[in-house]
Amino acid sequence: MAGLGSGTSPRLAGFVSLSLLVFVAVISASPDNVDGANETLRRPSGDSLEDSHHHPRNSTEHRKAFPVLAFNYEHVSKPFVISLWILLALLMKLGFHLIPRVSHVVPESCLLIFVGLLVGGVIKAMNQTPPVLDTKLFFLYLLPPIILDAGYFLPIRAFTENMGTILVFAVVGTLWNAFFIGGMMFAVCQIEAAQVGHVDLLSCLLFGSIISAVDPVAVLAVFEEIHINELLHILVFGESLLNDAVTVVLYHLFEEFAHEGTVTVGDALLGVVSFFVVSVGGIMVGVIFGILGAFTSRFTSHSRVIEPLFVFLYSYMAYLSAEVFHLSGIMSLIACGVIMRPYVEANISHKSYTTIKYFLKMWSSVSETLIFIFLGVSTVEGPHNWNWIFVIFTLILCLLSRVLGVVGLTFIINKFRIIKLTKKDQFIVAYGGLRGAIAFSLGFLLTDTEKKDMFLTAIITVIFFTVFVQGMTIRPLVELLAVKKKKESKASINEEIHTQFLDHLLTGIEDICGHYGHHHWKDKLNRFNKTYVKKWLIAGDRSTEPQLISFYNKMEMKEAMMLVESGSAAKLPSLASTASLQNAQQRAPPKQRAIPSISKTREQEIRKMLRANLQKTRQRLRSYSRHDLFSDPFEDNMSEIRFRKQRVQMERRMSHYLTVPANRQETPSVRKVWFEPEHKVYTYDESESPRDGAAPETSPDSVSLLSESSQRPGQSSRMKKRGDAEQGARAPDNQEEQQKLSRCFSDPGPKEEEEGEG
Amino acid sequence: MGSLQSSPSHPDYVDLAEKTGFSLEQISILHKRFKQLSHNEDKLRREHLDQITDLQANPIREQIVEAFFDKRNFYQDIEEPVNEINFENFLEVMSNFRPPSDNLSEEQLVKVRKEKLRFLFNMHDTDKDGTITLEEYRHVVEELLSYYEALENETARGIADAAMLEVASITRGHMEPDEFYEGITFEHFLKLLEGFEIESRMSIRFMNMDTTTLCKLECRSE
Repeated sequence: MAGLGSGTSPRLAGFVSLSLLVFVAVISASPDNVDGANETLRRPSGDSLEDSHHHPRNSTEHRKAFPVLAFNYEHVSKPFVISLWILLALLMKLGFHLIPRVSHVVPESCLLIFVGLLVGGVIKAMNQTPPVLDTKLFFLYLLPPIILDAGYFLPIRAFTENMGTILVFAVVGTLWNAFFIGGMMFAVCQIEAAQVGHVDLLSCLLFGSIISAVDPVAVLAVFEEIHINELLHILVFGESLLNDAVTVVLYHLFEEFAHEGTVTVGDALLGVVSFFVVSVGGIMVGVIFGILGAFTSRFTSHSRVIEPLFVFLYSYMAYLSAEVFHLSGIMSLIACGVIMRPYVEANISHKSYTTIKYFLKMWSSVSETLIFIFLGVSTVEGPHNWNWIFVIFTLILCLLSRVLGVVGLTFIINKFRIIKLTKKDQFIVAYGGLRGAIAFSLGFLLTDTEKKDMFLTAIITVIFFTVFVQGMTIRPLVELLAVKKKKESKASINEEIHTQFLDHLLTGIEDICGHYGHHHWKDKLNRFNKTYVKKWLIAGDRSTEPQLISFYNKMEMKEAMMLVESGSAAKLPSLASTASLQNAQQRAPPKQRAIPSISKTREQEIRKMLRANLQKTRQRLRSYSRHDLFSDPFEDNMSEIRFRKQRVQMERRMSHYLTVPANRQETPSVRKVWFEPEHKVYTYDESESPRDGAAPETSPDSVSLLSESSQRPGQSSRMKKRGDAEQGARAPDNQEEQQKLSRCFSDPGPKEEEEGEG
Repeated sequence: MGSLQSSPSHPDYVDLAEKTGFSLEQISILHKRFKQLSHNEDKLRREHLDQITDLQANPIREQIVEAFFDKRNFYQDIEEPVNEINFENFLEVMSNFRPPSDNLSEEQLVKVRKEKLRFLFNMHDTDKDGTITLEEYRHVVEELLSYYEALENETARGIADAAMLEVASITRGHMEPDEFYEGITFEHFLKLLEGFEIESRMSIRFMNMDTTTLCKLECRSE
């Protein structure tokens, strides 16, 4: 019974939302025609209307009753339509996840395109004109959020380690694709049967350059759902981002040449120069805006609310500025995000950080949804010129050139890589070369209508094929080939210590060997960053904090949080535990500190840095996933069962090793931890409260962490309401709580919520 | 420029290549570098390594230098204390940083991983007793953090404590209140860094072409 009910309701919801979408689409389409009619109607009657309008004033007032309720749709039509489209696109997204079977098999992008097709079909059936994926709309409004989201959360370590490979794939691979497809298509066009002999070489090359680029939107949409290992993800994704420069140059180049009709050697050389200008120029623009953004964020300590806006606006300006000069906007945006991020995040408050993260994810999600739906609608709408041979050969050649390109380049690249790319890796990289909306928009920009229709048809076919066929089959293929999945990183502090240790070790060995390798330059960059750049771009004393500290603090905080939430009743026998650690010190008996207890100053220092840098390491963990904001280990670990288990473990461990002389004195420099009182889940055992002021040595680490901020006894009781938690269902709350706890800069919020810096 | 008059003849190279796994070109380049560092002598001493300017900025330079003079890293048994090493020992230490060759079987990969982790373990275990105690681990963390000047020892200690805690929990799991944790043994260390993929991370690219001439000859400028 219950099963039946739950089974039908998702479908019902799906149908309802689908019909709503269609309905609204119709409405949105029709006013375009209705408006036109109204305009023409209104003009001749305008005078008479005016007259009749004036007359009532002069004559008797009872001519026309006061309109209590009026219908004035044209006034709000544009924003209304836009909002409705977005709303219904999002409802569709919701609907998909209610139908579990489908969403497991079919990636979301396919479903969205399908919906777009339906909507477009319905609109067309009613003889209206559906909205098309306007190029300006796409490039100026829909694409930047996705790219910014990708660039801001780019995993820097993986990216820079594989930079060479990514660049080779992006530049050489795309060039190869473009010329191979263009050239072969020209050969195909010479076939008499195709009747496309009018397409000359330059047009074919133009077509090749449009269709050759791997699309970041499509790649993101598909790869996010399959969770492959970081290396492959960053290879395909990085390639899709960096090939923008190549695409831009080739497109403009061939477009110019196609008009001219001939190419000289000088033009070709100019093309090469232009490539460097476009890419390096784009990056420079991004870097400039990134530094500006970082510098601005240094001074925002008094206006925390507008901090996220700076990040967004500077990035958008970087994109637009690059587009002004026909430089690569995507690379500019990526560079801006990458440069800005470490400094901005050291400066802004926790809430701003959360806001930025959520807004970016939200906008990019909306953009992506809209793009795919519009793609579907435009497919139904657009003028098509279906030419069997052209389309089929385009498809075959795309696949062929991709495979050949990847295999050939990998053969060369593997000579320079430490971790070689296996055949499986190559297959995934080749198979993951999806085309998407960028190709469509570029095709839409073409001016020559005759060939444009044919090109557009072919482009759409390729996009559909890659997104549908490749997108749907890549997941079972990944399973079948047993490709390494994303490592469930446990974020162990030992691994972090050893990561840093290895960095220095390898740098040292390179120095001893005498060759300036990858580690040497990275080390030099880090040192430069530390001594000069951080001083300028990071406010206050946060510029000297090391990464290891932040990582450790995150761990401590995590454990402390778990302990807190799992039960205040964890009264650790701290006095008894000192003996055990003394045992551990047996090897060196004469010790000033027999018990490695955390002294007060260290505790405060740790907490200060903890709150300062917790988020830095948190977002290092897989925050580039689009759909799961909750995919880092913090949130994963917050499941009820693990809670209980870890609670017990934690108690034991804490009691064994670390005691906390929780004498709480006032220290003005400590930033306080404060919880939002609306989290009623946290009840506290009332018997605990009197203990805090008096004999703190029995209180567990976590409670001390919490209440260390409660300097004034009056507030301590409020603080104490954070003891117990109901786990499991409270997981999202816990995570939020953690965020608040973790990073509590002085948000000048309302007084009862937070305290500013002392 | 280091001269090669006293270089071992090629049969020795072949011998070394077999033992350490380097290619012949790599060995000759490393030999050249060895000669550069040791000012054409046959033996390398600590002072020679200390002269490398780039190494001065490295926070763990002491341990790196010590690793070259650690008898546990050599194949043959040399009596302590080791104050100078020959080229073969140099190569032996360097061979720990060779990337694993392709087409290694699973057992061979495990063996490589174990060797690299053994090297790391020896670097941490400075008193050579087979376990990494809390003090030694603290020392490691302190050195790593000495890179950033503005720190107190307390913080470093806290981190090392937490790290030991983690090791204990991973390896020993549940412990009675009267047990204590002596230190990290090699088996625990292996378990700790299981998912670390050390075989690919602890590798540098040894050149097949001679680029030492392009590098600054720091040791000569002292």
